[in-house]
Amino acid sequence: MFSEEKLNKVKEIIARYPQGKQKSALIPVLHLAQEEFGGWLSSETMDYVASLLQITSIEVYEVATFYSMFNLQPVGKHVFEVCQTGPCMLRGSDQIIDYIKKKLDIGVGETTKDGLFTLKTVECLGACGYAPMMQLGKHYREHLTPEKVDAIIEECRAKAN
Amino acid sequence: MGRKLLFDKAHIEGIRYYDVYRANGGYGSAEKALKSMTPEQVLDEVKKSGLRGRGGAGFPTGMKWSFIAKPEGVPRYLVCNADESEPGTFKDRYLMEFIPHLLIEGLLISSYTLGCNSCYIYIRGEYAWIPDILEQAIAEAKKNGWLGKNIQGTGFDLEIYVQRGAGAYICGEETALIESLEGKRGNPRIKPPFPAVKGLWDCPTVVNNVETLATVVPILRIGGDEYAKYGTGKSTGTKLISACGNINKPGVYEIEMNISVEEFIYSDEYCGGIANGKRLKACIPGGSSVPILPANLLLKTAKGEQRMMTYESLADGGFATGTMLGSGGFIVLDEDQCIVKNTLTFARFYHHESCGQCSPCREGTGWMKRVLHNIEHGKGKMSDIDLLWDIQRKIEGNTICPLGDAAAWPVAAAIRHFRDEFEWHVLHPDEATKRNYGLAHYADPLEIAAPAAV
Repeated sequence: MFSEEKLNKVKEIIARYPQGKQKSALIPVLHLAQEEFGGWLSSETMDYVASLLQITSIEVYEVATFYSMFNLQPVGKHVFEVCQTGPCMLRGSDQIIDYIKKKLDIGVGETTKDGLFTLKTVECLGACGYAPMMQLGKHYREHLTPEKVDAIIEECRAKAN
Repeated sequence: MGRKLLFDKAHIEGIRYYDVYRANGGYGSAEKALKSMTPEQVLDEVKKSGLRGRGGAGFPTGMKWSFIAKPEGVPRYLVCNADESEPGTFKDRYLMEFIPHLLIEGLLISSYTLGCNSCYIYIRGEYAWIPDILEQAIAEAKKNGWLGKNIQGTGFDLEIYVQRGAGAYICGEETALIESLEGKRGNPRIKPPFPAVKGLWDCPTVVNNVETLATVVPILRIGGDEYAKYGTGKSTGTKLISACGNINKPGVYEIEMNISVEEFIYSDEYCGGIANGKRLKACIPGGSSVPILPANLLLKTAKGEQRMMTYESLADGGFATGTMLGSGGFIVLDEDQCIVKNTLTFARFYHHESCGQCSPCREGTGWMKRVLHNIEHGKGKMSDIDLLWDIQRKIEGNTICPLGDAAAWPVAAAIRHFRDEFEWHVLHPDEATKRNYGLAHYADPLEIAAPAAV
C-alpha cells in the first residue's frame, strides 16, 4: 500500500488527464510502485495499481511486461544496466561487461549472493557520445573504465553499510 | 565558426534557469507570437522557414501542422516526442538538460498556433533525471505568467505535463507514443486515421520532436524568410548532430546545413578527426536505422561531388550509394572496427525493440540476429549472407510502422558495401573470432579513407 504522500502523488498524476482517462497514469504509477516496493513489480503490486486506477489487472500486466524498465523479478539493491548497442560497443562496452562479470562473479541477469548487485545488459540509452556507460538508479554513469567501475562498486557498498 | 540558432546562448552560465534565459531575450518569440500575431501568421512563418521534422523523417513541419483537424468542441493536443531512442542520437537530451526553457517556449508558441491547451512531453523513461529539470522550468514559466490561465493577459491557456516512458524504442513512433501515453503497450496504430485527425484519446493531435519544437523559437525571432537563408536548398536552418563512435570529440554539435561531411568529421570545431590517429572506415550518419556508408562514399557521392551535411546530399544516390540525415545520430567507425559485429548489435537492438505486432518484423528481426550471430562467431555459411539479404527484403515495407524498415536497412547496407567482410568471416571462422577485419583488405575502394586536410 502506498503512503498518504504517494497516494496524493497518484491523484496529482491522474489530474493531468481529462476525466475518465486515468489509465494514462499507468506507466507513471508503475514507476512509483517499483520505486516504493523494492525495485520490482510483483503480481500483488500490479493488482494494487489496477485497483488504484480502476482498471483490470490484465491491463496492468500487459503494460508491465512490455516495457523493459519494469522488473518482474526481484533485483539487487543496485542494478548495473550496461549499454551494449553499436556506439557503446565501438568504445569497448564488451570489455566493461566482462570486467563487471569477473569483478562481481555473476553473469548477465544475475544478482550477487549478498543481494547487493544485479547486472543487466540493455540496449541504447542515448548516451552514445559518452560511451561506454551504464544506468545506475536514476542517473547515468558515463565514460566507464575498469577503475571507474571499481569506484562505483565501492560507492554502492559504502551506501549499503 | 558556424552560425548557431539553438545553442547560441548555451554557453551562458545559468541559462537553464528562467531569470537568465529571460534576461538573454528568452520568451521574446513567445511574446511576439501571442501578443502581435494570429495563429495563422505564426503557421505562415513556420511554413516559410522550410523547417523539417528533426526526429528523423524530415517531414515539413508547417505542412504537418496544417493537417490538424479542427472539429468544434473537441480538444486538440500537442505532444512533444522526447523519446529519443535511436542508437547514436542524444541531442534532445542535451537541449532539455541545458536549455529547457527553449523547449518550453517552443511548446508555448506551437500550442498557440495549433490551438492546444494541453501539451504532453513524452520522455524516454531512462532519462529519469530530466523530468525534474523540465518540471522546474515549467514551474518557473508558470510563476512568471508564461503558462497556466490567461498567459500574459492574452486569454490563451496552456498546461504542459511531463510523462515518462519505461523503456521502449518503438514509443518514438508517433502512434505508439500516443498508445503509451494512453497507458497501453506501445503498439503502433494502422494509419490512416493519422494523429492529426484521430490521435491522443481520439482527438486531433500533433506529435513533434524536441528539436523541431525548440526551433520554432529562433524562427519567430528572426522570421521564416531569414531562417530559410540558413543552410542549403531544402535543408534550411541548422541541425543538431550528436556525434559518437571513434572520433576525438564526441558530443552534440549545432551545424548550419552547408558544411561538408569531411569538415564535420575532421575539423576541430566539430568531431576533431578519428580517435587515436586511425583512419576512417565507415559511418552511419543519421542514427542506426540509416544505411552505413564506407568512407569513400561518405565523403564523396558516387558522382564524385563533395558530400554535404544536408538531407539531399546525404541521400544522393539513393540507398545504392547514399544514406540519410535521419535524426542526426552520427556514428563513426575507425579502421579496426568490425562491420559484422556492428550490424549484429543493431540487429539485436531491433529484435529487442520490435513490438511484435507484425510477423515479418517480430520473426525477421530475431532471425537476422541469429544468422548474424552465427557469422560473427565463426559458425556462418556462405548461403547465410544471401539468406540475410532475403530476410531483410521481406521485412522492408511489410510492417505497420517503420521499425521493420529501420531493422532491414542497416543489414542491407552492410551487405551491399561490405560483403567481403561477411565472406571473410565465413571463410576464416577461427580468425574471425579472434580479430576484427580491418581496413587493409579494402585498400581499393577506401583509398580516400586517410585523414584529409581541411
